[in-house]
Amino acid sequence: MALIDLSKKEVHCKVVFYGPGRCGKTTNLLYIHKAMDEKDRGKMLTIDTKGDRTLFFDLLPLNLGKISGFDIRIQLYTVPGQVMYEATRRLVLKGVDGLVYVADPLKVRQERNIEGLEDLRRNLEKHNLDMLKMPVVLQYNKRDLCDTPVPTLTVAELEHDLNQELKTSYYEAVATTGIGVFETLTEITKKTVRYVAEKHLLTRV
Amino acid sequence: MADFVITAQSQEKAGNLIVNALIKAGVKTALLIDSAGNVLANCGHEQQQIDIDAISLAALAAASLAATSQIAKLIGEDDFSLLFHKGKSGNIHFGRVGDELILITIFGDDVSLGLIRCRVAELADSLHNIFEG
Ligand SMILES: Nc1nc2c(ncn2[C@@H]2O[C@H](COP(=O)(O)OP(=O)(O)OP(=O)(O)O)[C@@H](O)[C@H]2O)c(=O)[nH]1
Ligand SMILES: [Mg+2]
Repeated sequence: MALIDLSKKEVHCKVVFYGPGRCGKTTNLLYIHKAMDEKDRGKMLTIDTKGDRTLFFDLLPLNLGKISGFDIRIQLYTVPGQVMYEATRRLVLKGVDGLVYVADPLKVRQERNIEGLEDLRRNLEKHNLDMLKMPVVLQYNKRDLCDTPVPTLTVAELEHDLNQELKTSYYEAVATTGIGVFETLTEITKKTVRYVAEKHLLTRV
Repeated sequence: MADFVITAQSQEKAGNLIVNALIKAGVKTALLIDSAGNVLANCGHEQQQIDIDAISLAALAAASLAATSQIAKLIGEDDFSLLFHKGKSGNIHFGRVGDELILITIFGDDVSLGLIRCRVAELADSLHNIFEG
């Protein structure tokens, strides 16, 4: 649910990083936090367990400059990916405007990636949102693991598993070193702002 | 859930209501947020203004209240009617405004909880009308 402040000329949007446990959602936010200039980002808030797993959510507020005279403020959230936290994921999705689905390339996580996307679709439906009509971008993370002996999924396999219906853009990434992270962020931001703008500013003004 | 569009007019109206009902009664800070964690209005007492991170507070409050109402449902309640935390010298009260907004009030021991509850309940209707009416 975007917030459009006509008096300050600001648009606030909520973008959620979704995906199975340990796929690298928090790592994406940590990299963005580290790489961005302090004046363009707020404080990063994390609610995690002792073992680094997200317990509730992470939040990173960003200030992404002006589009058509409006200051664009994006709040990046992550959900806890572990299966048992489904109810928590649903709460974090409240008011979401755009989504990044982060997938894990490990062959042993193939089912988890697919289940995670189904979980997202279900949870969005509970908020009366249709995953196929929302801004969504896929991120195939941990591509560095493909150069190691552990069995991994090819991009073609990931596309087959996750992108047949969505038919959206995907980015290969290594969130730990930042490869593909800003490409993902730029694309989802563009899509989300366009979606919110088409809903409001253009139709109403 | 619909997006919120705030105009200078609605903001000023809401700000005036909150200042008159709460800030003038001694409340340090009052924040009106939506259930996605956006800040719609942020009012404070000039002399007692405390430096709070409104964005983090709004995100945590929205999430915490959403979790709290799920807890209520688990024990067979619709929701809890008093959402309040008491500290050594600072207290925080959360009041629902319609289905989608939350009014957060931060105040010291010089203000009674009863007064806050009463004022917040009175404000809820008018604020609801401004933003969702
Ligand atoms: N090799 C490699 N490791 C990564 C990459 N991205 C993240 N990791 C590691 O994967 C582990 C899990 O990353 P997190 O970002 O905590 O995962 P998450 O998706 O937030 O997990 P939950 O909070 O449980 O849902 C960490 O040890 C990261 O360092 C990557 O691109 N390559
Ligand atoms: Mg995490």
